[in-house]
Amino acid sequence: MAKSKLLKTFTEPLGKNNPVFVQILGICSTLAVTNKVQNTMVMVLGVTFATALSAWTVSLLRKLIPSRIRMMVETMIIAAYVILVDIILKAYYPEMWKQLGPYVGLIITNCIVMGRVEAFALTNKPLPSLVDGLASGLGYAYVLLLISVVRELMGSGSLWGYRILGSWWTNWAIMIMPPGGFFILAIAIWMIRETVGKEVSHA
Amino acid sequence: MPSHVSAFAVFFASIFTSNILLTNYLGMCSFLAVSKEMKTSVGLGAAVTFVLAVTTPLNWLVYHYLLIPFNLEYLRFIVFIIVIAAFVQLTEMTLERYSEPLYQSLGIFLPLITVNCAILGASLFMVIREYTFVTSLLFGIGSGIGWLLAIVAMSGIRTKLRTANIPPALEGPGISLIIAGFMAMAFMGFSGMIAVS
Repeated sequence: MAKSKLLKTFTEPLGKNNPVFVQILGICSTLAVTNKVQNTMVMVLGVTFATALSAWTVSLLRKLIPSRIRMMVETMIIAAYVILVDIILKAYYPEMWKQLGPYVGLIITNCIVMGRVEAFALTNKPLPSLVDGLASGLGYAYVLLLISVVRELMGSGSLWGYRILGSWWTNWAIMIMPPGGFFILAIAIWMIRETVGKEVSHA
Repeated sequence: MPSHVSAFAVFFASIFTSNILLTNYLGMCSFLAVSKEMKTSVGLGAAVTFVLAVTTPLNWLVYHYLLIPFNLEYLRFIVFIIVIAAFVQLTEMTLERYSEPLYQSLGIFLPLITVNCAILGASLFMVIREYTFVTSLLFGIGSGIGWLLAIVAMSGIRTKLRTANIPPALEGPGISLIIAGFMAMAFMGFSGMIAVS
């Protein structure tokens, strides 16, 4: 595999083929934790880890997996990595683990992980699959982090738990409540599509 | 979740105040993709309700009678997914074999459901909130009805949107998310009635 092609595999999900803006995938499990930057960081790291390594593993096994039960096998592989994330979090960051609650487990059903495995890893070699999974995870990560920065800043006047805005700032309670997540994501998608101006497939 | 919260309160809360879609963002993918037509929304919503109503108590049984006695709680993600996938597969096969009309209206949505976050999410919530069996059953049914309500309302609004003048960049998912935001705000209005976080 040529180096330039690998590079392209890496940069595409970060920009013009971004899983969140272009494909509107995988917002289920992570949007819920974007009211705090810290939680979001942990979640997106988990998603990136799971996406990259499941893509790599599935790609290694792609010739061995019978196509009729491939979804099941893929889900098992993804679930194994998510359990790893869950156990590590529980052991080293029990507070964080408690706050995230069920959302860590829900990485399994995050459409991005399954999406990359199905669309890329099943037909590509292990290394490009790993790169693709990593890049998709990162492309997803920075968008979600951006959303969480806006939400925490406006909703609590803080970033990473530290108060940034002075006492003059009145917290917008709506931002840390569920509707805020919908609005900020919608506005972000709107801005990106307006500026990039790309005609993209409608979900 | 303290266990003194009555099962009935959990049932209503899961429909309105803590709607699994509008407050926990679960099941967004199919919510955005399938909410274009009223008819398909109703079909998918009904299928989700059915699967949630069965798998949530089923997973409760599996968790309390299989995983806990053997100290295998950490395997719950895999086991829940297997239970859900197996149940969905079985239902699909049964419907296909015995009831053609039901298969046409409900069965075709079933494959979509295994990867619907709401189903696994409800099972995980049920474990974390320490629901009893009856509460889990009502929570499953309630979450399903809440999801159905949200997607049907959404598809109704989207039908009207077809004739509306929307900025091109906002079309499709963008405007749907904004509507979902407003719906979430409307559902928050119920929170004065029952508060179950």
